[in-house]
Amino acid sequence: MPTDYAFPDSAAKAAAATEAPEFQTEKMSLAMGPSHPSTHGVLRLSLELDGEMVTKCDPVLGYLHRGDEKIAENMTYNQFVPYTDRLDYLAPLANNAAYAIAVEKLANLTVPPRCQAIRVITSEMARISAHLLGLGAYGIDVGAWSVFLYTFTEREKLYKLFEELTGARFTTSYSRIGGLARDVPEGWNANVDAFCDQFLPILEEILKLLTRNKIFMDRTIGVGVISKEDAISYGLTGPNLRGSGVDFDLRKAKPYSGYEQHDFDIPVGSKGDCYDRYLCRGEEMRQSVRIIKQAIKTFPGGDWYAKDAVRIFAPRKDKVLTSMEELINNFMIVTEGPQMPAGEVYFEAENPKGALGFFIVSKGGGVPYRMKIRGPSFCNLSILPKVCQGNLVSDVVSILGSLDFVMGECDR
Amino acid sequence: MFDFYFDLPLWFRLVLQGTIVILVLFPLAAACSMAERKISAWIQGRPGPNRTIPPFLAWIPGINIIRNLGLFQLAADGGKFTFKEDPVPGNVNKFYFILAPILAMIPALSTISFVPFGAYFKTLADGTRELTPIILANTDVGLLAVFAVSSLGVYALILAGWASNSKYPFLGGVRASAQLISYELSMTLSILPIFLWINAPGGEGTLSLFNVVQTQSQVGFLGGMWYIFLMPVSALVFLVALFAETNRQPFDMPESESDLVGGFHTEYGAFKWSLFFVAEYAHMIVGSGIFCLLFLGGWNPLPWVSLADLVNFGAGFLPIIAAPLVMGLLAITLFLLKVGFFIFFFMWVRWTLPRFRYDQVMNLGWKKLLPLSIANLIFYAVAIAVKDLYFPNL
Repeated sequence: MPTDYAFPDSAAKAAAATEAPEFQTEKMSLAMGPSHPSTHGVLRLSLELDGEMVTKCDPVLGYLHRGDEKIAENMTYNQFVPYTDRLDYLAPLANNAAYAIAVEKLANLTVPPRCQAIRVITSEMARISAHLLGLGAYGIDVGAWSVFLYTFTEREKLYKLFEELTGARFTTSYSRIGGLARDVPEGWNANVDAFCDQFLPILEEILKLLTRNKIFMDRTIGVGVISKEDAISYGLTGPNLRGSGVDFDLRKAKPYSGYEQHDFDIPVGSKGDCYDRYLCRGEEMRQSVRIIKQAIKTFPGGDWYAKDAVRIFAPRKDKVLTSMEELINNFMIVTEGPQMPAGEVYFEAENPKGALGFFIVSKGGGVPYRMKIRGPSFCNLSILPKVCQGNLVSDVVSILGSLDFVMGECDR
Repeated sequence: MFDFYFDLPLWFRLVLQGTIVILVLFPLAAACSMAERKISAWIQGRPGPNRTIPPFLAWIPGINIIRNLGLFQLAADGGKFTFKEDPVPGNVNKFYFILAPILAMIPALSTISFVPFGAYFKTLADGTRELTPIILANTDVGLLAVFAVSSLGVYALILAGWASNSKYPFLGGVRASAQLISYELSMTLSILPIFLWINAPGGEGTLSLFNVVQTQSQVGFLGGMWYIFLMPVSALVFLVALFAETNRQPFDMPESESDLVGGFHTEYGAFKWSLFFVAEYAHMIVGSGIFCLLFLGGWNPLPWVSLADLVNFGAGFLPIIAAPLVMGLLAITLFLLKVGFFIFFFMWVRWTLPRFRYDQVMNLGWKKLLPLSIANLIFYAVAIAVKDLYFPNL
């Protein structure tokens, strides 16, 4: 049966067809995702192909939308910490710290140096863990399977350390507003130090499999080039921005949590292709190890939570059971939430994937009036339609892997 | 001892031999899948499949060795693929969809009939002994027949990709056809120097693989030399083309599971999928076998040391060695060892290297390997002519 649907641009299509009929081939639309091995989660790319050439790429998001921002309006500040685990679920510790620092900024609260140091160490460990997964998954995307297994062996060691620290391997929920869930256990710092020492040579070994590999270089060099201007105008952050040659890292530009005390370098790419982004991640892991080692060396003593913030950080359990005032505070913080002043605050932290931002509007009390989360992966993916155009299907996979996104944070 | 066997009708013997070879090759190809899993595990620093064991066998002492090798897992996988539901998706072209895996198996299994995998001394009626190949069909067209049959394998991939009526298999099928056809050229050109060499004027003129081995088992410096030393470029081009022809990483464009999900076999499952899988390994085994025959002296244990000489020498001490059965088994073992090494090499590369992009595969095939093999062919053609003219006694 002939179809008589009239498309709005049918006249234009017909004109194009008559212009050069011998070169007109039918374009194919290809749905890449949401269940596809290389779209790392539930990203869907609606591709338009001419042969194997991508002529149009439309990212379709929202398959993992959970409404985290709305959820935040219905619970106290501390209750939202487990939800931050599920943003970038490859670096929950970094999310926890970023969220806590944002709320503390709202309360105008400074945490003691020990707490800051622990947050730096855990954030950098989370960065290593996230970059390792990104590296391994990128290996799979371009076909090098074994890299993935090697990186996961290392991540396993990190997860063991996370478990020692927080009691959970994956969903750590370690931060509290004004402090941490608990202090570091005895000997944990030494374990982290030992991990760093053995990790560096293994990292070199893993990177050696790819960095000068001719096939890997062919697959990545000159593929998915993002210019400096594009990177800035599309709001890219993290290694994707630095891979394009922009020397911007929030840890240096707007230091938080005591990053200014540590000595580290920011790797910057030169061409902005997939290979540069890969190199940036590799170097960032080395720098993270450097930061962790410094933080452990200068690990401060003293309190690990803000002692003066009695209306914000819940008192210790032994005090709660013995003293009336602490009992009341504990009750109020648990039921009403940490008491915040009214106001607005925006804070961005340099997370493994880029700048994770929290915009919090408070009308006072223990529950945010509105919370907006800036997911770096979401902004990083916005450049996909531009970058993918004119590349082959295999290049799309390579580009996706090099952008290293997490859908949990993208869809929130 | 086995004289009664030769009294049987020829057709019966051929059918029997063919069945036996297929019954060996098919499980061997399946066993390669377990080898792949074990070798990948070894490369990646994990134990691999080592848990499966039938409960009624668990009491046998020492059975854990077999369990750790994953052999029961292999049997379980085989059972699963055979007995699980074998769905045919809607909207596929059913006839071609079912035909494709069958077409994949046929060339993979039938090429073995032209591949000799050993040799033994046959005592003729007049008492002299003659070196005879262990082969299903000892034809003069030998290698040509192998190429002719194995190139049919591409139809399976195209048909599978086309009949699936799905976009990823379609792309996989298109890639497969282009890749296999372009690498066949360099593959064929790369081995021509060998046949120029053995069919030089005065030779007997044959494409038989048995003769290729025979010319590598002669006396003298050049006579006993394996062709991998004599023609290293040919060996390299042939090996690379072999990777491409068997769809192995880094050339597994038709599959490339990271961008095409499963390539041509995305829509397949159960037994039909496992047929593709086994066909790939069967291709690998036959391809490695041909590489060993062409370049590594077949069943000869070492360069300049031929098996026939060794057996003749050994028979002086231990006459049983020259018995057809013993010598045949010895030759097959040596041959399978070499093939096994190549299977390992295939897997080693697969789990180490990333995958090429489709256009890079094409570039490599047409712009690098093809000119290289043509230059190689011309070089050896001239060299062989010069040798025949000026150094006929070399």
